[in-house]
Amino acid sequence: MELINQHTKEIMEGCKLRARAAGLSFTDESLEYIVTNRDLIELSPKVMIPTLYDYWVHDVEVLRGKGEYELYPHNPYETVINTRPPISFYNDNNPDWLNVMIFYHVLGHIDFFQNNLYFRHTWEYDFTGQALSDKRVIAKLRAEKGRWVDYILEFARSLDNLVGYHAELSPLFASREAVCSARLNYYFDVFLQIEKKLPVGEYLKEVARYNESIAENAEEGERLFFADAVAKYPEMEAHFTRNAGAKHVERGDLLRFLVENSEFLNRDDNVWMRSVLEVVRKTSIFFQPQIRTKIMNEGWASYWHEKLFLEDDRIRGHEVDFARVHAGVTSMPRVGMNPYALGMRLMSFLKEAGDKGKTGYQFQRIADAEQRKKYDTGAGLGDEHIFRVRTNYCDYLFIKDFVDQDFTDRHDLFVTGKRLDPQRMVWQYYVKSRDAAQYRDMVLASLYHPPHIEIAPERGLDGTLYLVHHFEGKQLVQEYIANTMIGIEFLWGAPVQLETSEAVVEASRGGAGREGGEETDITWQRVVYTMKDKTLERKAL
Amino acid sequence: MKDPFKYLDELKKSKALEPEREARFRAELAISREVAAGERQGPFPGFARGVYAWHDMAVLQDQGRVQNPYLSQMKALDELLERDRQREKDGFPRKIKVGRLIKPGKGGKGKIVVVPSTEEEKLVHDPTIRPPGEGGSTGGSGKGDEGEVIGEQKVRDTGEEPGAGPGQGEGESHEMGASAYELGRVLTEQFQLPNLKEKGKKRSFTRYVYDLTDRNRGSGQVMDKKATLRKIVETNIALGNLPDLCDIDPTRFLISPRDKVYRVFSQEKDYEPQAMVFFLRDYSGSMAGKVTELVATQHVMIYSWLLYQYAGQVESRFILHDTEAKEVPDFHTYYNSRVAGGTEVASAYKLVNEIVEKENLAADYNIYVFHGTDGDDWDTGGDKSIPELIRILSYVSRMGVTIAEHSGTQWTEVARYLENSGLLRDKPDLLRMDVMTEDAEEARVIDGIRKLIS
Repeated sequence: MELINQHTKEIMEGCKLRARAAGLSFTDESLEYIVTNRDLIELSPKVMIPTLYDYWVHDVEVLRGKGEYELYPHNPYETVINTRPPISFYNDNNPDWLNVMIFYHVLGHIDFFQNNLYFRHTWEYDFTGQALSDKRVIAKLRAEKGRWVDYILEFARSLDNLVGYHAELSPLFASREAVCSARLNYYFDVFLQIEKKLPVGEYLKEVARYNESIAENAEEGERLFFADAVAKYPEMEAHFTRNAGAKHVERGDLLRFLVENSEFLNRDDNVWMRSVLEVVRKTSIFFQPQIRTKIMNEGWASYWHEKLFLEDDRIRGHEVDFARVHAGVTSMPRVGMNPYALGMRLMSFLKEAGDKGKTGYQFQRIADAEQRKKYDTGAGLGDEHIFRVRTNYCDYLFIKDFVDQDFTDRHDLFVTGKRLDPQRMVWQYYVKSRDAAQYRDMVLASLYHPPHIEIAPERGLDGTLYLVHHFEGKQLVQEYIANTMIGIEFLWGAPVQLETSEAVVEASRGGAGREGGEETDITWQRVVYTMKDKTLERKAL
Repeated sequence: MKDPFKYLDELKKSKALEPEREARFRAELAISREVAAGERQGPFPGFARGVYAWHDMAVLQDQGRVQNPYLSQMKALDELLERDRQREKDGFPRKIKVGRLIKPGKGGKGKIVVVPSTEEEKLVHDPTIRPPGEGGSTGGSGKGDEGEVIGEQKVRDTGEEPGAGPGQGEGESHEMGASAYELGRVLTEQFQLPNLKEKGKKRSFTRYVYDLTDRNRGSGQVMDKKATLRKIVETNIALGNLPDLCDIDPTRFLISPRDKVYRVFSQEKDYEPQAMVFFLRDYSGSMAGKVTELVATQHVMIYSWLLYQYAGQVESRFILHDTEAKEVPDFHTYYNSRVAGGTEVASAYKLVNEIVEKENLAADYNIYVFHGTDGDDWDTGGDKSIPELIRILSYVSRMGVTIAEHSGTQWTEVARYLENSGLLRDKPDLLRMDVMTEDAEEARVIDGIRKLIS
């Protein structure tokens, strides 16, 4: 890897000036490297982070079959990484005009990394620096513990999609005024909801009563409020004192739960394993926002590279070259999904909506298609609108809020279905729906979504760790369950149980002839897997 | 290809089919067990490609996925296997897979690429579970009314599926050397597969051809002019007869009789291949997915092992069958083909007999036949298969039948009639059967080979 030459760097600095003038914001420094195929071989398993820890699996072909992007949520071939300064990678033979386009694209990404709030937790440090120190920790441990470090890495990595990314993110946004006393938190968060199981109406009344008493008397309001509350629930104080001793038990973040609660990891001999788990967990949380903003991020970068390239006075004469590459990147496929194309169109659509004042309730109330088309208040707030979206949204909200019928009609979008025609024995690809709601659901269903697995310590008997997979319409990949659970059992030091749902596919038998077609349905069954002494047992519930 | 439905009707007329079995056969014809990565391209290759498959390096800079060449070297493979054995000793299941990723280039027999590979298991959602007959959905753009069909793809299509391994179907792109022979060595040494027993039937076919290859000075049949001239120049330099090398006058050369170099006839050894392996695979609808992978994996390993055992003197033939059998030219096609037809094992056995007879192979070769199936056969009781099988057993060195059962099934049709025929008991040297479940690990597959060949 070597830095780009001065000539190219000058082009990059020129791009930065123009991008800033257009409203993008990013740190001053950036590093651009030329990469060869050899470099890529080393970089891609390390998700383009040059300083990531070494691990033997990085050197082996990894099978990526089912659910590839659920298994490997971080894209191994990103052009720019979210570090301080941001590092981007280039082929050594790009012509200048192409570099200008790529630079704008990269600057779009950097602006997104540094301003989108889902990346908030990555803003205060340089990940390559942290990764380097982690790499040294792992190298040092490996020198002492040998292959066991790799086992722990393997087990930890098999859980790295079950981390509490959102839980990590949310405290960063808590305002200072929102800090409440422990008693208040306990009363509203635990006592009323979990102990008393209050109906929502009464719960809200209680909240209103608290607000009133604070409004009446800012100083003493809370004390007075609790005086009344205790009169109503005399046991409240006792519960609170009891609860104050008990520490908060993690329920969503399995890696963190193991670090905090595993007896096995707490033994003197095994404490070092916690550092490995922490490294894997931190790395995973660092990458989480990237996959949750794929469409937005690529759309944003494509929107800006198009706009800024065409306005750039330095590359006159390459419009046709640009058009070819740009069309290749951002054309809507006849069948399939392209995040660049979809994201960029949606950004342009939002820009126009902002400019015409179509962002408010006034506009949403209009049902008449013709009127909607003509609506224009001349608000001119397009840029403001898309910058606000860039800051506050992730893919899920971006698609859910903004893909509407106007948008899908404008770009002729539809849901493509694939079905079997049993008479002619062909797979048919057909226009399944032009309804925006269905299109939206189809895109949302294709977004990255790790399974929701909750730790339920109260359900585990005799030290067993009990995990509940909350069923969301998709079962887990069965082949992977055994080996993953071996890892959990090892880290937990006792048996592990996993409750999940599985499909029972029954083809209706008898009578259904060739013409009748197969009437089939999926029914779901709740099952429990138990991993004990490295053997897996499955039991239907 | 005959219409499987018609075939099924005939079958029904000629024999009373239990309704349960008939339903199963029908289900097989309409099967839609999808393999995520193995979805065939069809008219819209982008169909199965989600938003996360796109990345800047490819899209903007035309930089595709780079293959990791490190471990195509067998030294590294040895290290990995050592690591894997250590894993087993430490009490964890093995993790390196050797045979799973065979991606032979088209046409290049024996050029099997061995890529050690592994999987990182996690608890993730399975995107492939959907009702049969339903192929999923994705985005689209452009013209077309709701319900309009915009493209079709034959199910019963012997086209290729893009492989599930690295290279994503383009076998040619990473032929990095490690040959099947090497895999055979690894299997023999590392996995302690047995060496081939010296059998009476094993014949060494060494025959001689004669060619003008040896050289002789002074006399012979044909003069080698270039070599002769070289000798003459050497002699003349030694004699000091060439004062100026830039100005050679050939008329002044002194020529000794020993300078004349001739080519003479000589005996050359020419090896005939010693073994002929037939690989038979059921590629009917029910075979989709893991079963095929298991069978193909095992066949590659067997092939490699034989290649090593016979020091490269192995020829292979590949036969695919559903209700009809056909020979395919290379392993690539053998591995990647799929249809949604029915199953009749006898067709494949018959084809083997025909080939052997027509080419008179039994006289010159040690013949091996390996058959992989999910155990389903429309030919109840093996009425057609068993006679063909007996014919095969009259000339083979070993026949091995691998049955990879789908989870939930047990005691499949093929297993049943093989067992009932008594051949397994009477001719254990010639016929072996190995039954495994479809989720068998690689270690089990290798174990199976041991069962089939030892």
